[in-house]
Amino acid sequence: MSIQNAAERSERSGGGAGAVPAGQPQKGTSLVKRGMADMLKGGVIMDVVTPEQAKIAEDAGAVAVMALERVPADIRVQGGVARMSDPDMIDGIIAAVSIPVMAKCRIGHFVEAQVLQAIGVDYIDESEVLTPADEAHHVNKWDFTVPFVCGATNLGEALRRITEGAAMVRSKGEAGTGNVIEATTHMRAIRSQIRKLTTLSPEELYSAAKELQAPYELVAEVAAAGRLPVVLFTAGGLATPADAAMMMQLGADGVFVGSGIFKSGDPAARAAAIVKATTFYDDPDVIAKVSRGLGEPMVGINLDTLAPEQRYAGRGW
Amino acid sequence: MVTGLTGLAGQPGLAGQPGLAAPSVGVLALQGDVAEHMRALRACGATPTAVRRPEELDRVDGLIIPGGESTTIWKLIDIFGLAEPLRKRIADGMPVFGSCAGLIMLAARLPDPAAGQQTLGGIDMTVRRNAFGRQVDSFERDLDVKGIDGPPYRAVFIRAPWVDEVGPAVEILATDPGTSRIVAVRQGRALATSFHPELTPDWRIHKMFVDMVRDPA
Repeated sequence: MSIQNAAERSERSGGGAGAVPAGQPQKGTSLVKRGMADMLKGGVIMDVVTPEQAKIAEDAGAVAVMALERVPADIRVQGGVARMSDPDMIDGIIAAVSIPVMAKCRIGHFVEAQVLQAIGVDYIDESEVLTPADEAHHVNKWDFTVPFVCGATNLGEALRRITEGAAMVRSKGEAGTGNVIEATTHMRAIRSQIRKLTTLSPEELYSAAKELQAPYELVAEVAAAGRLPVVLFTAGGLATPADAAMMMQLGADGVFVGSGIFKSGDPAARAAAIVKATTFYDDPDVIAKVSRGLGEPMVGINLDTLAPEQRYAGRGW
Repeated sequence: MVTGLTGLAGQPGLAGQPGLAAPSVGVLALQGDVAEHMRALRACGATPTAVRRPEELDRVDGLIIPGGESTTIWKLIDIFGLAEPLRKRIADGMPVFGSCAGLIMLAARLPDPAAGQQTLGGIDMTVRRNAFGRQVDSFERDLDVKGIDGPPYRAVFIRAPWVDEVGPAVEILATDPGTSRIVAVRQGRALATSFHPELTPDWRIHKMFVDMVRDPA
């Protein structure tokens, strides 16, 4: 894996010849997959369940939509096994908007991922919000042309997902709660662990790699760069413009907003406000202005009322 | 990198003279891969500045419109009052470079805009959004680009637009060998590419643009 990883990384740095003859176009390279996530930076990716919601998201300035059958808040309430969405439903959303369309597969469910690639989604989220399909393995994402985003609660988890081929990472938070506390915790954890790596000596990096359960080469790369080699977004519990701006100030490259928009009183206004607050995340005057008159936010859940098995962030290995 | 000169950045009267000072080049920082363009500008001896407000636009000698989502970038340009200041600076001859979404923003015409989507203009061309297809069709390939020396340019196309047609004042700098579509153009002080020169460490296209800013003749 580390050899493949190194080859992929050399492709990213512009070396890539690969199996395709010189002069021919190469698809699905790390450069193309990670570059797609670079284009989403500074933007808001919104959960939508219908083509109409997708249009509202696009009109509000979303950089992409996540097509799913139920938003996490409803998955919590309704229970049962949460799976990949119906391809017809995803097709309807793809047809409705010109911005990128993402969709979720279950952790480890590589056939759901194959189906999503065949449909033509632009990014796959191998997501803990759906019921996991494998207790030990995530999808081998190097096998795919379509890029993947995966969740992480800490740096080790983020690096293991990148090792498996994830081209984008999002901190997990606790989806469907409207409560930003776990997003804050995970974002701070990842950023703090990266900062710590940058201070370590080479021999300390070897033991750090062991503790992080991640390949040494990747750990050393992060230590040298002071950031992940892929884009880092935040997700899970964001409900207000201030939530989005706080995640950006904590170092996120962009944000996912799930239930927070279409479970609120005025989705179109809230969506547009979160987009503006994400761009001007460091300007409290703008955030104050866009936070006015948005109607009711989604009803939140206090996390101490959730049993451990009701927490999604613990899913994934 | 001419770091010794960056202290002179932004001083009026110096930036326009060839060989003098590091020009102050803005990157429109509403959404997209802003940091990558800034890194490229630094590598070419320019001083990058994030531009999100009209007064920030006033202070730069040239501007890059980055890759990103063109619908999102347009909405933010419109909402935050940047459309007319940008159109005016571009019309007045400020050097401007757009990659991917930036190429869309510089188009005179879009045959299939999203609802309410407009452009800034600057290049007499018709641009088709997402013309190369969805993300699974995104690709990288070697390209011959007019005006840059050395080996072919490794170009990265991501859900890329292409140029359907150009007016007589537009110089075609590159076409994609696979589709024969126009993917890089220049008209006066405006430069645009369907692909993303900011994603690879080959800075030749950014250098071409910084040279345009240094010597906007």
